[in-house]
Amino acid sequence: MGAVIRWGWALCVAVAVAGCGGAARSGDGSVAQRETVLVLAASSLTEAFAEIEEAFEAANPRFDVQLSLAGSPSLVVQVEEGIPADVVATASTATMARAATAGALADEPVPFATNRLVIAVPVGNPEGISGPADLARPELLVGVCAAGVPCGDAATEVLDRAGVEAAIDTYEPNVRALLAKLVDGELDVVLVYETDVLAGLGSVEAVELSEDVTVTATIAPLVDAPHPDGARAFVAFVISPQGRRILTDNGFALP
Amino acid sequence: MTDRATPRAPWPLVALGALGLLIVVVPLAGLAWRAPWTDLPSLVSSPVVRDALMLSLVTSVLATLCSVVVGVPLAWLLARVPFPGRRVVRGLITLPMVLPPVVGGAALLFALGRRGLIGEPLAELTGFVMPFSIWAVVVANTFVALPFLVITVEGALLGLDQRYEQAAASLGASRLHVLRRVTLPAIAPSLWAGAVLAWARALGEFGATITFAGNLPGRTQTLPLAVFVSLESDRDTAVAISLVLVAVSLSVLIGLRRRWWSP
Repeated sequence: MGAVIRWGWALCVAVAVAGCGGAARSGDGSVAQRETVLVLAASSLTEAFAEIEEAFEAANPRFDVQLSLAGSPSLVVQVEEGIPADVVATASTATMARAATAGALADEPVPFATNRLVIAVPVGNPEGISGPADLARPELLVGVCAAGVPCGDAATEVLDRAGVEAAIDTYEPNVRALLAKLVDGELDVVLVYETDVLAGLGSVEAVELSEDVTVTATIAPLVDAPHPDGARAFVAFVISPQGRRILTDNGFALP
Repeated sequence: MTDRATPRAPWPLVALGALGLLIVVVPLAGLAWRAPWTDLPSLVSSPVVRDALMLSLVTSVLATLCSVVVGVPLAWLLARVPFPGRRVVRGLITLPMVLPPVVGGAALLFALGRRGLIGEPLAELTGFVMPFSIWAVVVANTFVALPFLVITVEGALLGLDQRYEQAAASLGASRLHVLRRVTLPAIAPSLWAGAVLAWARALGEFGATITFAGNLPGRTQTLPLAVFVSLESDRDTAVAISLVLVAVSLSVLIGLRRRWWSP
């Protein structure tokens, strides 16, 4: 027992020393090492930003981009609470406005892509969904994004415009959690972005809405960015011709 | 402090122990610091919070009952019947304690979802679809709560002096009769402790619930889910609900500790 405690002590001390040593080394050697640029990005940008990360790192070997993906309001909460990130990219201008109000942005947010809301159903449309009115059918399992999440607010707009009282079974915290439940067959019909249908790996298809409801994704460097150079370079890359091509390849439209 | 022979505690233990306490207390202080104390009554009496509280109480109590009904027999088998693979069963039953709840929720979907291992035949035979229903919340809660009950009760059974059970058996009582009249009364405090721990775990359950049961106010949106959703839109409400959860859990756990440690 005594030996266990002694070894435990030794281990604690070793970890503490190694931790300090490691921190000091990376502090000194960071000029030679790659700088890590932490990018907070909305779930709907998952595939597009993974490609942009790769292309950006190839063009700027000095930087190592790390993506942190979540629903836009989650990102805004993190930004408001002062997470030491460099860039934030939200799915809508409304969520970005909250980050701006909190004084967290270093520059004006730049709109860089637009996305359309569609009805998504399993391939073959087994339930014969033709428009928003079908979301009121009580026998179907219907999912939308939660209020406050851009895709949730857009869904409310779609349903309000169509005058439909939808029989909703779940309000999911982000668009990818919602899409996953459609892909798994647990939901019959969901309201997601056009780009998500492309990301649904061929197992889901879109039913177009007669009236377009779009959201505009925006991006901005953060005022407390630990790597302001990397932050500006990344934002510039997203709106460069190369960045735009990746976005349109992933189904986004340009603003 | 009426303990005999308590010279001053060694300072390294006091310092590290205090650090340990701070790890728990500091986040709670942050919560209290952010709390909208004056608006608290109106915030926690809003319909959304009331619905979520009601749903949380109902589902966590149901999950506790389920845990007791299946958990006590399981704990008894583990403690009293040597069977092959007992160590594996012990490991399996504790797994939900260390498994990320979201993994548990996904696993429940794969098993009991509409396209799941059991869920698909079940839906075809009966038309019953579990995800997105209140039953999904109860099942998710039971999944994470059961180990707390089993471990507590099994520990009590292993610590119990078996001579009482042997005496009852030698007088002709059946094993079931011994369990009911001798064993269970003897371990009653631990059974309570296990049930309350299981209930507290069920009350705080989030990851498995949102993954398996979805999030619909009034049907599957429990208090933790309401906190998560409102944290992003209405911070004051989120903090207010969190305080309710802290108050309920803390009062129960303090009561439990007293019961637990008293002989």
